Amino acid sequence: MHRLYVVPTLIINVVIIAIPAALTILLAFYRWDGISTPVFVGLSNFEGLWNDRVFWRALTNNLIWTTLFLTVPIGMGLLAATMMLIARRGSTFFQVIYFLPIIIATAITARVWQGMIYSPITGVLGLLDRYGLELSNPLTQVNTALYGVAVADLWHWWGFLCVIFFAALRQVPQEQVEAARVEGATFFQLMRYVLLPGIMPTIALMMIMTIIWSFLVFDFVFILTQGGPAFSSEVLSTLAYRSAFYDLAVGKAAAVSLIISLFGIVATIFYIRIQAAEIVE
Amino acid sequence: MTNTESRLTLTITFIVLGILVFITLFPIVLMVLNALKPAAEVVQNPLGLPSEIRWDNFARAWEDARFAQTLMNSAVLTGMTIALVCTTSSLTAYVLARKKIESWKVVTFYLLATTTAPIQLFLFPLYFGFAKLGLINNPIAVAFVYSAVYSPFAIMLLRTYFLAVPKELEEAALIDGSTHWQVFWRVMLPIVSPGILTVALIIGLYSWNEFLIATTFLQSQDRLTAVVSFFLLSGNYSSDWGQIMAAALIIVLPIVVLFVLLQRRFIEGMAGGSVKG
Repeated sequence: MHRLYVVPTLIINVVIIAIPAALTILLAFYRWDGISTPVFVGLSNFEGLWNDRVFWRALTNNLIWTTLFLTVPIGMGLLAATMMLIARRGSTFFQVIYFLPIIIATAITARVWQGMIYSPITGVLGLLDRYGLELSNPLTQVNTALYGVAVADLWHWWGFLCVIFFAALRQVPQEQVEAARVEGATFFQLMRYVLLPGIMPTIALMMIMTIIWSFLVFDFVFILTQGGPAFSSEVLSTLAYRSAFYDLAVGKAAAVSLIISLFGIVATIFYIRIQAAEIVE
Repeated sequence: MTNTESRLTLTITFIVLGILVFITLFPIVLMVLNALKPAAEVVQNPLGLPSEIRWDNFARAWEDARFAQTLMNSAVLTGMTIALVCTTSSLTAYVLARKKIESWKVVTFYLLATTTAPIQLFLFPLYFGFAKLGLINNPIAVAFVYSAVYSPFAIMLLRTYFLAVPKELEEAALIDGSTHWQVFWRVMLPIVSPGILTVALIIGLYSWNEFLIATTFLQSQDRLTAVVSFFLLSGNYSSDWGQIMAAALIIVLPIVVLFVLLQRRFIEGMAGGSVKG
């Protein structure tokens, strides 16, 4: 009888996510402006994307983004987490500070970077430029816009990974650590042969999540550059959003969304297997 | 770890950790510093100390971002989302923790899958469907969207709390003649209440800060959330950055205070599901 307790969750979830997701899959094969009757067009939305340079730019940017986020924040997080282990003293303090950016709204973080750091008028880069360092606003350059956005997102993200890695490192069985110590392992050997293998499952999970999230990135790009200049920082999610709400090409937006989901799906299968294995135990 | 690290290693360690603290705090300090400055001084030098503290930045931010209204909107939306997520998720988590998981695999897999689904996968039909039903600019509808998006996370977290409750406790209550509902309400909920508090904090944080859904579904002037109102205020390039940073601080400050007071709960809740070992 009390299995009915899952009903409210399922109803909300199915109405808000499952049914609209199924409709999105259908819409990818229709031309629709959001108002009139949808027209079935077969694969032409996908053909349109295939020939669309902006789409390829966006896809490439998502791949660059994934590469960046698989390396830089995970590296920074691991480095800081192991150092916190060495430092011992003050690890709570470091943990709280590093975690701060993740609790600040993305819209605010984005504006602080835009106005206070990158801006040529009110930002630190502008100030340095006036001192003759010749720095320009990365967000307005075709070659650097994506990286300018990524830096703000990295700042907001790496500390979260650091805190997770630190928690995992502290769960590595103490006997293993002591045993390695007794045998005279240096810290780097300890890291290489005991600690890193010990937290490998956590690192793997974070890498899978990074891949999934890298294809969902939206807020920072949408707020900082709207995908510009000249689509140089466009990603798939902003392309889909703009197509649906600005160009009223909902079918095209649905096709892009479907492609985002396909990229996520492989990672999602791994994610579910890891999470479910733990739940079934 | 034993005390074998050399002085050199320790020095390098603290230098690197210190640099990372500097990197983390730098933008936050800029926000605070410039929130207190007149606009002209922001332009002159964003790093300089304010020559006079301009509290009126906050007054003007409050006025222009219409915080009396928008903060209230955010608070109501956040409150509704917390209530919805906590009630529906604790019910589901209880069942998922108690039933033999085999028969609930499908539910669990489905919920895990939706946590990784891109918002764009359901956003467009949802938006046009809501538009047809007259649900745009309706905060209750948005609370339901948030609760669909956030509840899988809440369920997985709460499930671990329910799992920690000894089965005997529940069985004893059932033998005493309590109904399942009474067991859930009178026995289980009080025991897992720390978990529910953690979930409430984190879901509250997420809804308070959320941008994409809020900006899509709540567009009329009197329905904007504080974050979206800040976004619109700061989008104007001629604007006064002293005022904008003051507005940012008004939104961030309550969250930071709460975080510093309850940091253990925040960190364990947000990082909890992610540590595999």
